[in-house]
This record gives sequence, structure tokens and C-alpha cells, in this order.
Amino acid sequence: MSIDVLMPALSPTMEEGTLSKWLKKEGDKVSSGDVIAEIETDKATMEVEAVDEGTLAKIIVPEGTEGVKVNSVIARLAEEGEDASDVDDAPDKASDASGVGEPGSEESQATEEKDESGADAPPAPSTSTLKDPEVPDGTSFTDTTVRDALRDAMAEEMRRDETVFVMGEEVAEYQGAYKVTRELLQEFGAKRVVDTPITEHGFAGLGVGAAFGGLKPIVEFMTFNFAMQAIDQIINSAAKTLYMSGGQMGCSIVFRGPNGAASRVGAQHSHDYSAWYANVPGLKVVAPYDASDAKGLLKAAIRDPNPVIFLEHELLYGESFPVPDLEDYTLPIGKARVRRPGTDVTLVAHSRMVGFALQAAEKLAEDGIDAEVIDLRSLRPLDTDTVIESVKKTNRIVTCEEGWRFMGVGAEICATVVNEAFDYLDAPPTRVHQKDVPLPYAANLEALSLPGTADIIKAAKAVCEGM
Amino acid sequence: MAKAPANKSKSSKPKFKMKRDEALKFYRDMLLIRRFEERAGQLYGMGKIAGFCHLYIGQEAVVTGMQACLKDGDQIITGYRDHGHMLACDMDPKGVMAELTGRADGYSKGKGGSMHMFSREKNFYGGHGIVGAQVPLGTGLAFSNKYKGTDNVCLTYFGDGAANQGQVYESFNMASLWDLPVVYVIENNQYAMGTSVARASAEVELFKRGISFEIEGEEVDGMDVYAVKEAGEKAVKYARSGKGPYILEMKTYRYRGHSMSDPAKYRKREEVDDIRTHHDPIDGLKERILEEEFASENELKDLDKEIKEIVKEAADFSLDSPEPDPEELWTDVLREVESA
Repeated sequence: MSIDVLMPALSPTMEEGTLSKWLKKEGDKVSSGDVIAEIETDKATMEVEAVDEGTLAKIIVPEGTEGVKVNSVIARLAEEGEDASDVDDAPDKASDASGVGEPGSEESQATEEKDESGADAPPAPSTSTLKDPEVPDGTSFTDTTVRDALRDAMAEEMRRDETVFVMGEEVAEYQGAYKVTRELLQEFGAKRVVDTPITEHGFAGLGVGAAFGGLKPIVEFMTFNFAMQAIDQIINSAAKTLYMSGGQMGCSIVFRGPNGAASRVGAQHSHDYSAWYANVPGLKVVAPYDASDAKGLLKAAIRDPNPVIFLEHELLYGESFPVPDLEDYTLPIGKARVRRPGTDVTLVAHSRMVGFALQAAEKLAEDGIDAEVIDLRSLRPLDTDTVIESVKKTNRIVTCEEGWRFMGVGAEICATVVNEAFDYLDAPPTRVHQKDVPLPYAANLEALSLPGTADIIKAAKAVCEGM
Repeated sequence: MAKAPANKSKSSKPKFKMKRDEALKFYRDMLLIRRFEERAGQLYGMGKIAGFCHLYIGQEAVVTGMQACLKDGDQIITGYRDHGHMLACDMDPKGVMAELTGRADGYSKGKGGSMHMFSREKNFYGGHGIVGAQVPLGTGLAFSNKYKGTDNVCLTYFGDGAANQGQVYESFNMASLWDLPVVYVIENNQYAMGTSVARASAEVELFKRGISFEIEGEEVDGMDVYAVKEAGEKAVKYARSGKGPYILEMKTYRYRGHSMSDPAKYRKREEVDDIRTHHDPIDGLKERILEEEFASENELKDLDKEIKEIVKEAADFSLDSPEPDPEELWTDVLREVESA
């Protein structure tokens, strides 16, 4: 049986090309790997190599022919023991001696056309309804700083699971650049509290590799500003590999550290990455406000079988909040918390902006505006149900974020509200955000750039005008 | 002009001690990779494989020789020119080819493609598309071995192009600092896409790149499976014994373009022909097998037929396998959280 040699495609978009030259002639013996012809498109010239071996029995498309369709038969090889003169030279021979299905058959064409016509994707699976665990009546609370709550969460999880370890710059001997890992080295030793060189890209990737190897790393970035050096590993390796491997290769890893503006540290040390990471499927993104959430969510993040970006805030580390004295306090990731119920306007915030939103609500109450404050806590998954439910009640929404407006967290929430609660809105959804400039150093300019309580009050009053 | 592989002519090749079974296994494994890649190239030409497709033809001795140095539990990780590594890890050619055609029976259910395939079972950790990104990942796998107290080693492969990525040196530093059991195998095939090593690297002897991290390095004839195995055994033993990382620079050559759409205008046809004629890893081994009378011409021909049949079956399988179910669009984005 003879073997068809087909016109190859140089790229998935190539449909036809020129057969510029035959490098073998009829009667020549060819082995796999031999260059037999050259073809060209408008972009490139390529050599055609034989895949099979035999004798070049018939050249069907002569050299110099233009517009040769991809997958058409350009020559036939006679197999060993076959007489070359017996080989058919009809161009439309139906046999499939190349042994690889039916190139360009009607069936496969039909499939391709259908795909190009844009068949509807199946609907996304719905998310489950999450609930905070009940704190039993009579539970005592201890005032704890956010810093210590985070530390306690790590220590508890490290006691619970040998495979949990923490690595990063200055996490061990120095006790943490912001003292979040204070005393962990003393309790767990240098094997599990690992000081790294200043090498974010390297240790982020090493952490992901260790997670592929079955460990549960907590990777601390001294600030998320420095994680920009490592973002390729976070997104391309940590977030995408589960999907690209068809479910084989997940990684359980937490990337944590302070995010957003500190105080007077200038543009390069003050970037809010909420929208960046929340944009990426395959990640979970958590941004707690108080100490209790910081603890419960960090414990959940460490146990989560997925990569979790845990955005802390430097200016909250020293603030104290009551934390329940429970042995194992964990919270579900993906559930917002209504921090203050209200009826007139919904204020949505995360991280440090929650504090400003609560202050704004108190002030607004003095002016007769009853604001509901939602603490998102998690940006991915985003608890849109809680937001929509609130807007259906208040009919107004102001989103509050420390980062820039453009393509931001507020933009996503407002679009969702417009989609799902359009008829309930009595005013345009409004956003509070950082000014669209790199964060300045000068005290007055920095204050002008960053959003705060006054901005939220102003925006809330604007949407409530004529209420 | 790039340097030719380390050994310039056959007569200068050192003679390694060969055993029949191993020689025939090497021959078979290398031939499987070559025939598989040729068929993949053909399927690409027919439009059945799309996107990027980087063939391993010419470099077969590297993975084949290195694989012979490993034991159960050792890990392998590489970049995007990964089909050869998967076959060397004993992954099923059918599953690999079906991933190339983007079908449900591919190793990643059709969701990864040529550059993104994995097998937990065979300890193959990918298949990574970003040049150099696998180097910290492989170093992290080695970290997990040390943390867990196993004596396993991670083979971390990368090319001469990746050798200029900063994260490679960040990894070298940590691997050496912490004595991690990793062998860095630099597959120097002379060209990073179209840029020769000399045009991209201030220090072209890549095995020296570990010097400032106190990592031992060695240049190896990557066109000779026995040279690879000998160097590999030494390096793996070193890493396994807890002494830390080791660098092997494999001087090798890819016959095809960087990817399927590369006409390779940056090098001369004669350069390719010279390597194919005088340094081909499969022809070289074949000659020695015949010399040693481990097998006859006819026996090798039968072996070739057998391999061709395996590859043909893989190709048929890859085209018969259905496209992934549309529901697969939404799966494997996140793992389910186990409820407490």
C-alpha cells in the first residue's frame, strides 16, 4: 500500500501555500527525517521532512505550484517491496495510508465549523452558600492585635500540620519585618521558619514547587509591592497549573503580607494589588479587616487546597479587636460580613477601608442617613449575593477601595449590581478610590490622594440626595 | 556561530562499557521519542495539533541517559520542549499524543496542550511554558524532598535560553545555600529560538554558571547516551547523598526549528546536516550495538517496526479520542475545600 505525503501547514492559520521545490525526484529512496521538499507561504519557507520511509513513487504536485491546499496529497511513497510503478497518481485518492485518521474529512470539517460559530458555553457552576460558624453563647473574647491574630493563626496551623511551614525575608531570626512571625522560630525551629535571601521570584517559585511536592508553604512577602517580582510564579505556576493539568497538580499555598499604602513611603511601596490578583481564576484572594477575621481566614487559607493571596494591611497590624477564645476558629473563604445593618445606602469595603466605612456610617447617621456596611473579606470568590441582597433593600451603593478606580474592585461590583439589581437602583452606583496618580510622598499630597472617611460620606450623601 | 557538540568526531568518542539489555533499551527509548516527534510534526502539518509544538528530535540521548540514573520517587520537571521527557518517564504515548490533539483522553484532559502536561503517577511535574519558571519549581520539589527527609532527587531541566533568566540564579543560590537535592540539567541545544548561545551569553560555557554559588558543573556530550548516563549517575549520587545541587551542561542539538513555524534561517543547512550525519545519538548507538553484536540489522529493523506501530496507535488514539466535554470548561479551576 502506498503512503500519501500531504501538504503540511506551517501554522494553524495557514490554508494554502506554494510548493516551491522538490529536493527528491521520483525513484529516490527516502527515510524518515529526510528533507523532500520546500514549501512557502507569504511568511516563511519551510522544509518538508518525510515521516515514513520508502521510495518516492509519484510526485503529484509539481514544484512551483501555488495555492496548494493544506492536507492535499502532494506525493506518494511506495513502501518497501512495493513496485513504484503500481502507485496511483490520482490526486484525490481516498485511502489513508499515513495511518492518522481522515484529514479534512467532512466530519472533522463540520466539527471545526461548529466550533467557530461560537457554540454557547455551559453555565458556570453556582457557588455554595457559605455561613460563618456560630460563636457559642458565653464565649469569651480577648482583645488582640491583627499582628498577633495572624501569628496565632500560623502557629495553630503549624502545630496542627507538620507540612505547614513559613518562609520569607526576615521571618525567622529578625522575627518578621513587621513582627507578624514573632516567636515562631523559637517554637518551630529553622526547618519550618525559613529565612530566605532577598529573592522574591525565586522563593515564590520554590514555594510553589514545594507545594507541588506535598508541603503547605506560607510565603511571606515583606510587602506585596515586592511580590511584583514574583507575580509570574504566583499566576502562571500557582494559579493555572491545576487547570492545565486537568486537575492533577494543585498547590496548597498561601502568599501573605501587607498590601496597599503604609505611611509616607512613596509610590513604589504603597501599591494596592486587590484588583490584580482578584482578576485571576485559580486564585483565592482574601483581605480581612479586623483581628478575628484575620485569624479565622488565615487558618482557612492555610488549610485551603488552593493558592490563596492573603492581603494584610500594615496600618492595621497594631490595631486591637476582640477575638473569640475558641480552640479552632476558622471562617469560610468567600463570605462577606454585614458589619452594620442599614436601610438607606450600601457601603461596600474591604481591608482598611472597612474602618473608614464604619466611621462614615456613624457620621451619616447623625445626618439621618442609615448606611449598611458590608465587609467583603474575600475578593475572589466575591460574595455578590450579600451585596445584591443589600442593594435590593437600600437601592443605593457606594464602593470603597484604597486602590485606583480604573478597572478596579469597585468597577466589578458596580457592573454586577447593574446587571443583577438594575431595577432596584435609585441612584448611579458610585465609587470611592485612590486618585489616579502614583502615590505621592509629601504629607498633604498623600492625604489628597488616598480615600478616607470624608470621601465616603460625600459619595454617600450624593447618592442619597433627594431621598 | 555556535559551537558543535563537545566531541567533534566519532573516533574521539570514549568507549563506554555497554550491556546488551541496557543498550537495546536506550536504543528503543530514543527511537520511540524520535518517531513520536516525527509523527507529532506530521499531525501538526495536517492541522490536527495546533498552537505551539516544540519537537525534541536530536536531543533524545539527554533524557534517555538521565532517566537511567533515577530511582522511585525522584521527580522530573522541564520547560516546554517536553514530549521526550514524558516518554522517557514512561508516560503513555497515547495520552501524550491525545493531549497534543486537545482531546479528552490527553494527560490534561485536553486543557494543557503540548507545553503543559503532567503525571503525578510518573513523577513528571511538567511541562512549563514560561522560560525558566520550572527552575525554582524544581528547586522547590527538591526542598520538599529534604523537608520530608526522603533521599529523592529532582531533575530540573532547562535550556541554554533559560540559562539567562534571573530566577535560575535565585534558585542556584537557595539550592546551594540549603544543600537541596536537585540536579540542574542544562540542555544546550545551541539556540534559544533563533539566538545562538554566543549571541546571548557572556559566558558560553554554561556549566560554569554555578561557580559563584559553589555548585559543581560539568560539560557532557549530550549526543551520547552513555556519556549522559555516566555524568548523570555521578551528579544524581552527589545530590542524593545530601551534598547539594549539581549542574550538567548537555551539549546537544535540535534538528527541527524552535517550534513548528520556525524555518530556522539563523543557521546553515550544512550545520544541521553535519550533526545529523556525524553525531546523531540514535545512529551512533546503532553502530555500536552492531559492533558489539547485541543485535542484527534485521532485529533492529523489527524493533523500528514495533516502535512505528506504537506511534501509529498513539496517533490513531489521539484522533479517535473525543474533544473534552463542554462541562470540562469549568472544572479544575479550584479544588473543593473539604468540610471540617
